[in-house]
Amino acid sequence: MIVFENVTKNYNTNVGLDNVSVKIDKGDFVFLVGPSGAGKSTFIKLILKEIDADSGSIKVNGNEITTLSNRQIPKLRRSIGIVFQDFRLLPKKTVFENVAFAMEIIHQSPRQIRRQVPMVLSLVGISSKASKYPSELSAGEQQRVAIARAIVNNPTVLIADEPTGNLDPDTAWEIMRLLEQINRRGTTIVMVTHAKDIVDRMKKRVIAIEKGRIVRDEAGEYRYHEDRIDSTKHRSTYPLTEGGTLNV
Amino acid sequence: MFSSLRYSVKQAFVQVFRNRAMSLASMFSITAMLLILGLFFVIMVNIGVGIEKAKTEFDSVSAYLEDTTTYEEAQTMMLQLSGMNEVNEVYYLDKDTAMAQWKAQEWQDNAYLLDGLVENPLPNSIEVKVTKLEDADRVVEVLNTFNGIKQVKYYKETVDKLVKITDSLKVGMLVIMAFLVIVSVVVVSNTVKLTVFARQKEIEIMKYVGATNWFIRGPFLAEGILIGILSAGISVGITALVYKKVIDMLSLNMSLILGSPMVSVGFMTSNLVFIFMALGVSIGAWGSIISMRRFLDT
Repeated sequence: MIVFENVTKNYNTNVGLDNVSVKIDKGDFVFLVGPSGAGKSTFIKLILKEIDADSGSIKVNGNEITTLSNRQIPKLRRSIGIVFQDFRLLPKKTVFENVAFAMEIIHQSPRQIRRQVPMVLSLVGISSKASKYPSELSAGEQQRVAIARAIVNNPTVLIADEPTGNLDPDTAWEIMRLLEQINRRGTTIVMVTHAKDIVDRMKKRVIAIEKGRIVRDEAGEYRYHEDRIDSTKHRSTYPLTEGGTLNV
Repeated sequence: MFSSLRYSVKQAFVQVFRNRAMSLASMFSITAMLLILGLFFVIMVNIGVGIEKAKTEFDSVSAYLEDTTTYEEAQTMMLQLSGMNEVNEVYYLDKDTAMAQWKAQEWQDNAYLLDGLVENPLPNSIEVKVTKLEDADRVVEVLNTFNGIKQVKYYKETVDKLVKITDSLKVGMLVIMAFLVIVSVVVVSNTVKLTVFARQKEIEIMKYVGATNWFIRGPFLAEGILIGILSAGISVGITALVYKKVIDMLSLNMSLILGSPMVSVGFMTSNLVFIFMALGVSIGAWGSIISMRRFLDT
């Protein structure tokens, strides 16, 4: 679980986050939406402790992370999986090696790696491509590998930064189903996205950030309602940008 | 711990092989540096040995006695001198023996020319061997207090010069070595930086997945050290070969000129291995650590 309490982060003159308080429970599936530069990335970077908050408290899995020393950061990150829009696979490693890499880093034995990696690859549905290189895979398949890598060490939280941004609509939905499946196994998922249709159809909790503030935070059902009532307003508030060209 | 060490070493070999061109470039640079260092080292050691040898030849002070000074008076002086810490050995050289030595050492085949001398012009003398060349002054002071001494003779200027040369050579060598080491570190750090750049993506992913800084640094550190060891090996080989060739070529002439043989190849090589390895490894390691610093700060 992730708890932000009165968190503020400024970059020189720009506002990153402004006095944000939010609580994401264990097992939640949360969408983080908002225009570019609104503070979504700041939010994610704070969770990963890539940057430090100016003030406020951030707890991940019950541990205060604002006071963590640099030496303790790796431990925090091992409890968090991360998936990017551009997959970020290592081109010179095979699918299997890309996933195994995440286990090698935390000193898992070769035997554990040989057991765990095939399991995760079959979970994300690309067992048959284990010995292929990323360049030989489709975009959707590459994102599956990235997801496999993110969850292979059983993180409690999975952060997905526009995971469908580079995918066509059908593939995007396959990835969403996969994420939902992972969420059902108990992993908390925080997904940053611009894809309005995905947000609408998944009916999950949505946290909207704008100019560093949370302007909306509501559970799926409410969100669904409001959208039906006033979808034009919503559209203007959250314009579709890159990766958001899905048909509703 | 062990598994990450194995991982680092394995990765280092893989990386050095994959970045053959860059690894060769930095190996070439370090080798060049070490060869220059080696050249200095070889020359310095030989000069040093030569100077030590020369010092032992100039470590005596001669006190020429008045003709009126008796052997007993000389004995009293010698007794006093032998009590000094600075004095290693004292002996009396009478004029006849001195003449015989002179004939044998300096005049050699022409010694018969001296036979025409009616009277032996050489004085009786007290010969003093000092323990340390630098202390010769003290001995001379004491000798000057004695009565019955005509002249005190020793190679003061030569001695002072030698001492000076040795000292400034030592300083000069240290300065040049320090400079070369710094240059090598910069060269290696730039090379490693390029490989780090090439693997920036990988490093980023490693950090996201929760790799510790030392785990990330490990392979690069091992890579730097590996490059250092290889360069050191090559340098020792080349230096030893060249040195052997030079000795073979010059040994005859050299010992005539210097009056002392050059340091043996075996001795030189065993010292060079140690020095080059230490330098190569530390240059490689520091180069890597410096180049990684910026990437691991965030």
